[in-house]
Amino acid sequence: MTSLLAAEEASAAIQAGGFFLENVWIIPAIMATSFACILFFGKRLPKGGSEIGIAAVLICFLLSLVTAGQWISEVNRADNCVVAQLSEDKYICAASADGAGEFASAVGSAGSAVAAENDVLVDAEGDEGPAKGAGLKPVISNRTWWSNGGINFTVGTMVDGLTVALLVVVSLVSTLVHIYSTDYVAGDRRFTHYFAFLSLFTAAMLFFVTAENILQMIVGWELVGVCSFALIGHWWEDQSNSDAALKAFLTNRVGDMGLLIGMIILFFASGETWSIVDINKLAIEHTTSHTLLLIASLCLLAAVMSKSGQFFLHTWLPDAMAGPTPVSALIHAATMVVAGIYLVARLYGVFFEGLSIAGSSLNALALIGGITTLVGASLAFVQDDIKKVLAYSTISQLGYMALALGVGAWTAAIFHLFTHAFFKALLFLGAGSVSHSVHSFNMKTHMGGMRKFMPTTYKTFLIGSIALAGLPPLAGFWSKDEILVGTGGWGFFEGKPHSNGAYTVMLVMGMLTAAMTAAYMTRVMYLTFFGEFRGGHHDDHDDHGHDDAHAHHGDPHESGPRILWPLRILAFLAVTVGFLNLPPGFLGLPKGITERFGHYVEPSSAAKYFPKINHADPSWSLAIFSTIVVSLGVAAAYFYYFVRVNRQNPAGTELVGGPTSRFGLLRAGHTMLKNNYYLDHIYDGGAPVGAAGATAVGALFGVAAGSALGFSLDNGLDQSFVPSLIWGIVLGGSVFAIVSTALRTGVGAATFVKRPLAWATNWTHENVLDAAVDQVGIRSVQAAEVVYTRIDQGVIDGTVNAAGSGSSGIGGELRRMTTGKVQQYATVMFAGAIVLAGLLIIVI
Amino acid sequence: MYLVQFLLLSSVLFCIGVYGVLVRRNAVLVLMSIELILNAVNINFVAFGAYNRELGAAIPGEVFALFIIAVAAAEVGVGLAMVLTIYRNRKSIDIHEVDLLKG
Repeated sequence: MTSLLAAEEASAAIQAGGFFLENVWIIPAIMATSFACILFFGKRLPKGGSEIGIAAVLICFLLSLVTAGQWISEVNRADNCVVAQLSEDKYICAASADGAGEFASAVGSAGSAVAAENDVLVDAEGDEGPAKGAGLKPVISNRTWWSNGGINFTVGTMVDGLTVALLVVVSLVSTLVHIYSTDYVAGDRRFTHYFAFLSLFTAAMLFFVTAENILQMIVGWELVGVCSFALIGHWWEDQSNSDAALKAFLTNRVGDMGLLIGMIILFFASGETWSIVDINKLAIEHTTSHTLLLIASLCLLAAVMSKSGQFFLHTWLPDAMAGPTPVSALIHAATMVVAGIYLVARLYGVFFEGLSIAGSSLNALALIGGITTLVGASLAFVQDDIKKVLAYSTISQLGYMALALGVGAWTAAIFHLFTHAFFKALLFLGAGSVSHSVHSFNMKTHMGGMRKFMPTTYKTFLIGSIALAGLPPLAGFWSKDEILVGTGGWGFFEGKPHSNGAYTVMLVMGMLTAAMTAAYMTRVMYLTFFGEFRGGHHDDHDDHGHDDAHAHHGDPHESGPRILWPLRILAFLAVTVGFLNLPPGFLGLPKGITERFGHYVEPSSAAKYFPKINHADPSWSLAIFSTIVVSLGVAAAYFYYFVRVNRQNPAGTELVGGPTSRFGLLRAGHTMLKNNYYLDHIYDGGAPVGAAGATAVGALFGVAAGSALGFSLDNGLDQSFVPSLIWGIVLGGSVFAIVSTALRTGVGAATFVKRPLAWATNWTHENVLDAAVDQVGIRSVQAAEVVYTRIDQGVIDGTVNAAGSGSSGIGGELRRMTTGKVQQYATVMFAGAIVLAGLLIIVI
Repeated sequence: MYLVQFLLLSSVLFCIGVYGVLVRRNAVLVLMSIELILNAVNINFVAFGAYNRELGAAIPGEVFALFIIAVAAAEVGVGLAMVLTIYRNRKSIDIHEVDLLKG
C-alpha cells in the first residue's frame, strides 16, 4: 500500500533532540512577559503597548518556525536512520541509511546485529525495508515541581509534530491579528488592556499546546477560557456583551467539570501518572481498564463539546461574536476553540481505545461531530449577521474535525484544523474589514454591493469562501476530502477496504455539510458583496459599539493597509496550505512531495504513545463526487440569490413570495433554525428545566466519578461497573413493570366483584379499621400531651434553659475581668507564669 | 565559664522588662520593655548554648537567639505601626486609655 508512511513501518523509535525542541518553554514565556510588560508599561508607551505585543508575537512566530524546522530535520534524520537497539525500549540512530560509507564505522560500534540489519537494509534500499527509518519520540523536558505521597508533579514541555503545527498556527494567526487590531481597535478606550489580553491569550494557548502533562493542559485550558471571557466582554458597557461573556464562561464551566473528572479518572486509571505520553501508552497497551477509558473519554468529550462548540453546548459561540472581530478571528475561529480538538488529538490513545474507534461504525465522538457539523451548517443559513454566519460555520467545521477524529482520521482532522485556521481567520478578518467600513455586521440592512467599495476585501473574502466551501485546489478542499476519505464509508460503494471502520453515516453527514457549506457561503457572498448597497449613509451607528471613536462617515471605503495586508497573507495561505498534504500517489508525484503534513505531524506508532491507525486510500471518485456535491450547493444558492433574488430586486435580500412563504413546512423549519433549534429556550427555561438538566448532568458526572473512584480504590477494574449498571436498569425496569401490571390487573378484576366486596370493605373500614385508627390516634395524642408537658417542657427545656441562663450569669460575672487594660492582662499573665515556674521547680 | 553571671544579667534584664511592661503607660516604652524581655531570653539561649558546647553536648541553642532577633524585629515593626495608628486616632499613646476591649 502506497499510503502507508515510512515512519509507520518502523518498529523502533529514536529520541528526537535539539535546542529549540528542548527549550520550547521560551515561546510561551515571551508572550507571558509581553502580557506583564503591556499591563505595567503599556499605557505610557506611544502606541499604547501594541508595539510590545507585536514584537513579542513576531519573535514567537519566528521561534515557532525554527522549532518546526528543527522538528522536520529530526523527522528526516529518523527517516534515514539505521536503528541500533541499546536496551529493550531504547534505540539509537547508528548511522544514516543514505551514506554507505558511514556503515562501516557504525557497524564497529553498534555490533554485529546491526551489521546484519544493515545488509538487509542496503538490499532493500528504496523499498519498505523493515529496519529502515525509525519513529520519533517526542521531546520531553520537565522538572519536578513538587512531589507528594510518591507522586511527582512535574512541569515541562512536550514537543512533537502536533505541537509544532499548533505553535505555527497560533503564533502566525496571532501575529496577523495583532497587526490587524492596531487599526481595528484604534482609539478604543481600553486599547492597552485589549493588547495585554491578546498577549495573555497567546501565551496561554502556546502553554496549552506545549503541555507535558494533563495538569498543565487543565491550566492552559482554563487560562484560554479566562482570556476568551475577558475579550468577549471587551465592550462590557453594553449589557448584551457582558451577558455573552458570562454565557461563554458558564457554558464552558459545564464542560470543565467533565474535564476535571475525566483527567482525575485518567490519573487514577493510569496508575497515578499525569504524563500525557504515559497515559496514552498505557491506554494503547490495554493496561488501562477499557471501562475507565470509556468513562474518561466521555467526560473529556463533555469538555470538548463546550470548548469546541459541539452540539448542544455550542450556544455560547455565536454569542461570543460580541467581542471585537479580530478576537473572533483569533479565539473563536482559529485557535482557542480548537483546544478541544487538540485535547482529543493529544490524548488520542485514550479516545481511540476508550471509544473503540478502530473497527466500529459509530461512536459518541463521531456522532457528536456529525450532528454538530449538520446543525452548524443549517443554522448558518438563517443568520443576518455576517459574523454569526461565520460563527455557525466555525461550529460546523469544528464538528467536521471532531467527526474526523471520531472516525480515526487523525491526520485529516489536524490538517483541517490547520487549513481551517487560515481561511476562517481570513473570513473573520474580512468580515471585520467590511463592518469597519459600514459600521454594522448586519448583511441585510447595511451591506450589499460591497465589492465596488472594497475590492481587496472582496477578493480575499472570495478566496476564503471558496477555501471553506472546499472547491479544488484551495486549502479547504484537500483537508475536507481527506476527512471524507477517512470515514472509510466510501469503500462501501467502491468495494475497497476501509480505514478504521465503515463510518458510512459520517460520510453522508460530511457530504451534506459540504453542500450546505458551499450554499451558505454563496449566500453570504451575495448578501455582502453583490446586489445593491443597502446601507445608505450611516447616521445611525448606535447598534454597534466599537466605532464610537471613529469619526469618518460617508460612503463605505476600503480599509487601511494594516487590515488589508493580513488579509492578503491569509488569502495566500488559504490557497496554498492545502498542497502541504497532497494525497499519496497524487498525479504520480514522488513520495517526498505528497503527504508532507501527515508525515511530519502524525506521531509514529513506534513511539508507543500514539495508536496504530489505518489510513484510507485516497479515492479519485470520492474527490470528484464531493466536488460535484459542493458545486451543486454553490449552484443552488447561486440560482436563488444571484439570479432570482437579484432579478426580482437588486437591493433585496430574500425572495418575496419565495418558498418559505408558500410552504408551511419550510416556514416552520425556517423559524426553528432562526431560534437555534430552541436550545437557548431550553437553557433559559427557568427553574424546572434548569433543575432537571442540572440533576441529569450531576447524576451522570456523579455516576462517572463514583464508579471511577470505586474502581481505583479496589482495583476491581473491569468487571463490576457495566454489569452492575445493566443489572440496575434491568431490575428497576422489571420492578416498574410488575407494579404497573399488578395495579392494572387489580382495577380490572374489581369491576366484576364490585358490589359485595364494596359493602364488606366499607363495613370493615368503618367498624374495624377506622375505630382502631381512631383509638390509636386519640391515645397517642394523650400520651404525647403528657410527654410534652412533663418531659419536653420540664426536663429537656429546663436543662437547656438552665444551661443558657447559667452561662449567661457566669459570663456577666466574668465580664468584669476584661477591663480592656493591657497591663492588667499582662500582670495576670506574668502571675500565671510565675505560678507555673514555681510548680515546675517543685515538681522537678 | 561564667554561666551564673550571664543568668544573673539576663534575669535582671528580664525583671526590668517585666517591670516596664507592667508599669509604664507609654506604649513605646512598653514595646521597648518587651525587647528587654526578649533579649534577656536571648542571653539565656546564647549562654546555655556556649555552656553546652563546652560540656561537649551539641545542642545549638544560639540558633534560637537568631530566630528571636528576627521575630523581634518583625514584632517591633508591627507594634510601632499599631502605636502610630493609635496615636493618629486618639492623639495619645497612653495604653490606659486604650481599652476598647472592655467587656
